[in-house]
Amino acid sequence: MIWNEKFETMPLEELKNLQSERLVSLARYVYDNCPWYKRKFNDVGVGPADIKSIDDIVKLPFTNKLDMRDSYPFGLFSRPRTDLVEIHVSSGTTGNPTLVGYTRDDISLWGEVMARSLCCAGAVPDDTIQIAYGYGLFTGGLGAHYGAMEMGLTIIPTSSGQTKRQLKIMQDFQPRILACTPSYCLYMADDAREIGIDPRTASWKIGVFGAEPWSESMRSEIEQTWDMLATDIYGLSEIIGPGVSQECTYKDGLHLYSDVFYPEIIDPDTGKPVPEGQDGELVITTLTKQGIPLIRYRTRDIVSLTYEPCKCGRTSPRTSKIKGRTDDMIVVRGINVFPSQIEHVLLGIEGTHPHYQLVIDRGAHKLDSVEIMVEVDERIFSDEIKRMHALEQKIKKEIEAVLSIGVTVRLVEPKTIARSEGKAKRVIDKRQL
Amino acid sequence: MKIKQISVFLENRKGRLSEICSMLGAAGVNIRALTIAETETFGVLRMVVDKPAAAMDAFRTHSVTANQTEVVAVEVPDTPGGLAKVLDILTDNDLNVEYMYGFVEKFTENALLVFRFDDPEKAHQTLKANGVNVVGEHDIESL
Repeated sequence: MIWNEKFETMPLEELKNLQSERLVSLARYVYDNCPWYKRKFNDVGVGPADIKSIDDIVKLPFTNKLDMRDSYPFGLFSRPRTDLVEIHVSSGTTGNPTLVGYTRDDISLWGEVMARSLCCAGAVPDDTIQIAYGYGLFTGGLGAHYGAMEMGLTIIPTSSGQTKRQLKIMQDFQPRILACTPSYCLYMADDAREIGIDPRTASWKIGVFGAEPWSESMRSEIEQTWDMLATDIYGLSEIIGPGVSQECTYKDGLHLYSDVFYPEIIDPDTGKPVPEGQDGELVITTLTKQGIPLIRYRTRDIVSLTYEPCKCGRTSPRTSKIKGRTDDMIVVRGINVFPSQIEHVLLGIEGTHPHYQLVIDRGAHKLDSVEIMVEVDERIFSDEIKRMHALEQKIKKEIEAVLSIGVTVRLVEPKTIARSEGKAKRVIDKRQL
Repeated sequence: MKIKQISVFLENRKGRLSEICSMLGAAGVNIRALTIAETETFGVLRMVVDKPAAAMDAFRTHSVTANQTEVVAVEVPDTPGGLAKVLDILTDNDLNVEYMYGFVEKFTENALLVFRFDDPEKAHQTLKANGVNVVGEHDIESL
């Protein structure tokens, strides 16, 4: 079923008028309510009066992740803190984390787009959903929760972890929908077999998987292992969280709800639009958000976009799966990791700047592991084992505090980490995504 | 007299120790005493050599992480209770031993032991004052 037929199947011409109307209001709204945007508009010599239709969006300046960091905590908000009903925080690249906040209407919007997404994946109001995304500052758990609530599903908010309990709950309550990271879904299959459950007999028949990149081969593996339909959901906390786009049961691209999140695909180097169907950076404008609306936010995700009608009847444009990043961000267990974060931590330890490398792997248990190799040079070397252990532990603890995921630290000899043209390769991603 | 100990950072991998020893051999450096402290993933090789400067040069050339620390080498009577007597002096004088190891060869009729202290200078003075024979750098070179 289609959750919101009016908006999701709106003829393109009408959709464009709606987007135009919303952009005109948005430009006025941020200009009047957010001094940061006012200054930014003035810097490029554009005012709300210059925005007459959605096509004028190219006149507006981009917003970057760095802008969010530099305006931390509330500089990019268009509403005072007292109007917010919820805030979420994710770790930043360096220094300040990224803060987003929602007014009551923003939370409704989130519930709306997540309800659209769950329907898109095939959920119906009588369904029970097990939400095994983490609940908390991470937007995954609560986002799925609001959507399921909007739809009137029966929610089992298991959050992430405690796999055997997840499986017991699945057996006891027979939810048809599972929402979690795709790697966690595969991970659970091993535990299921261990306790004598054949994954193919599980009640989960629809998976809403996201928060990390995954491939078609991983989809096949999940679908065969669990005998379920595995769909991809996309989102980022800056825009709203999960629910920016979602695959329908035809699994032919992710429907992006362009009546509220206006997409552009640009050449990341020139900032100019690329022709339809070509790969480029996804840029999103939140047309109706109140708390922290963003103009032309650069997601750094590389996708292609098509306006071809979909067999499901939705008219929203569809993006490809994420094909890459324009920066060096990697996603591990749903958490965004930037090598610069590691660098920052290492720099803070004894003021040194050792060579390091992140090795990301997806082991037999299907969960991502992060190993940080740190070359030991004379500045951090001690003949006393206890000092070396203390160093290892300090690096581990500080990195874990910054990234919010467990890592292992391995001290290695100099020149262990391969360098090309003198520059060390910072990330080795061994995962078969 | 304190002597120089060279410590080397080693990953636990096959053949690494022999590579290190070959570097020293090629540099004409003779190892006098050696011990390895190991953990699950790495080890620290500690040694006393006849030509510490040449050893450090060799390590630098080969990008081996090494540093020098001062240790105290003492002669201990090679009889039952010999070591205990020295350790008693250390205890009585509140000197903390980080670690210690024995020499591979005999210097005289006595056994030779290398001690790593927090405060090598104080340890050295205390041991001397208590009549323990502390071995000098010159003695090591001429071994």
